[in-house]
Amino acid sequence: MKSALEIAAAVRGGQSALVAVEESLTAIRARNEELNVFLYVDEDGARAAAALVDERVRRGEDPGLLAGVPIALKDNLCTTGIPTTCSSKILEGWKPPYNATVVDRLVAQGAISMGKTNLDEFAMGSSTENSAFGPTRNPLDPARVPGGSSGGSAAAVASNMTPISLGSDTGGSIRQPAALCGLVGVKPTYGLVSRYGLIAFASSLDQIGPFANSVTDAALLLEAIAGYDPMDSTSLPESAPSLMAHVNDGVAGKRIGLVRELVDGADEDVVRAVNKAVETLKDAGATIVEISIPELHLGLSAYYIIAPAEASSNLARFDGVRFGNRVDGEDVTAMMEATRTAGFGAEVKRRIMLGTYALSTGYFDAYYGQALKVRTRMIEAFATAYQQVDMIIGATTPSVAFEFGSKTNDPMAMYLNDVFTIPTNLAGEAAISVPFGTGEANLPIGVQLLGPGRSEARLFAAARVLEIADGRA
Amino acid sequence: MTEPLSRDDVAHVAKLARLRLTEDELVRYTEQLGKILVHAQDLSSLDLHGVAPTAHPFGLVNVVRNDEVRASLDPAPVLAQAPDVEDGRFAVPRIVGEAP
Repeated sequence: MKSALEIAAAVRGGQSALVAVEESLTAIRARNEELNVFLYVDEDGARAAAALVDERVRRGEDPGLLAGVPIALKDNLCTTGIPTTCSSKILEGWKPPYNATVVDRLVAQGAISMGKTNLDEFAMGSSTENSAFGPTRNPLDPARVPGGSSGGSAAAVASNMTPISLGSDTGGSIRQPAALCGLVGVKPTYGLVSRYGLIAFASSLDQIGPFANSVTDAALLLEAIAGYDPMDSTSLPESAPSLMAHVNDGVAGKRIGLVRELVDGADEDVVRAVNKAVETLKDAGATIVEISIPELHLGLSAYYIIAPAEASSNLARFDGVRFGNRVDGEDVTAMMEATRTAGFGAEVKRRIMLGTYALSTGYFDAYYGQALKVRTRMIEAFATAYQQVDMIIGATTPSVAFEFGSKTNDPMAMYLNDVFTIPTNLAGEAAISVPFGTGEANLPIGVQLLGPGRSEARLFAAARVLEIADGRA
Repeated sequence: MTEPLSRDDVAHVAKLARLRLTEDELVRYTEQLGKILVHAQDLSSLDLHGVAPTAHPFGLVNVVRNDEVRASLDPAPVLAQAPDVEDGRFAVPRIVGEAP
């Protein structure tokens, strides 16, 4: 499949938007049953949207940055009249009465939604095995997980069903599946992309971001969706940054920190890839500084208190009253209990209870209070590091894609998958995962570049250097 | 190390969270939540006296808008997605009259 940039250029040049849409539908038909990528394919909607884009071109209007580009949407993004499930039985059959802001922006930019992709229920997981509608398979090796929680959106791009897709990243849910599927994945600065219409998991951590086959396509998509939105009170009050203009800026003169804590504990093949990436950036003119940020070791513990605490509050709204499914009970409390017990899966219940416990009387200070202070420490530690360096490099995940069932019985083993990605969310900063080399079983490895808030342009430029060196562009 | 939480704690938390657990689930969740909390206990051993908590990465300030009437969601499509509706409102089973 062509890149998003190429498709948009062709459509602006007069090629019907239907060409790429039909190609996408053919690819979906070929492998969706096997891989379980899309929970809902909006065939008619996609064709109708393509006709509207063609009409815009015919009238001489600007058809947008993403004119005629097929895109897949993680199924925790609200889409008017289109089922939005969060891969949970509790929302099965629900059709939102409004679009997420990002969906409206995609439409305005001419993108064409092909449908909604599978995820770990309510974005809680690292393998897509927690979906109520079955796991998504990794297109590169269907015996392995695609990562999660945005596993469906990653698999859509990795299987060439769409050239780009949107996911959400609360502790690594874009970067980890991007690494495991050989894609570029971006966790933007907190507040850069509106979350209005993203069904909340942990509000102080959630951020929407792109998947793409290339750094350029990821930059294009992020530019199209970023910028202030009055409907999100956490939205940064500024317009979308210029990213496309900077992807070829390179890294000459940049100082890049190799952070021990973001490599320690990773498999040998992953460590080797990071070291090779470091050499590549050095050859491209960057100065590498080895640094240590011991506070990063506390990230996982703090995250697994803060995220469940926020989730326990956010998911209180799923009580059978206003939306989603209801299981009847003799009074309102019985109804709510029956609804939530039947509607939520095991991991969601686990996190709700963990969060409820951490926020309950007698334990609040020991767990939640401490975790919030650790978060301050982490932000300060990153700030100190960024006085020395322009960005940080490390691994995205400890290993390549793992096999189904290998971590499902031990929640802690699964959580450890996010150990390198979580600190960025706690700090509200930006990070990108870019494929660089292969490891075990010839599977892709993701290298992670991290920067302070609003450093996306510089991260994209560095990722592009690695992408070129890796022979991907 | 002492067990961070007991079966009774889990039963209590499930009640607060409006979840019903089977006996099997109670046993399993007690074990699993215990393991996660043991991992989290390295937080409680830290001396963080005087460190301000961060609930939000960029020091969120309250956002207000002008008190002006503007369009919002049309009630009809919202209510159409509700499990039960009566007279243009969400309907729920009995609330009052529960035994204390």
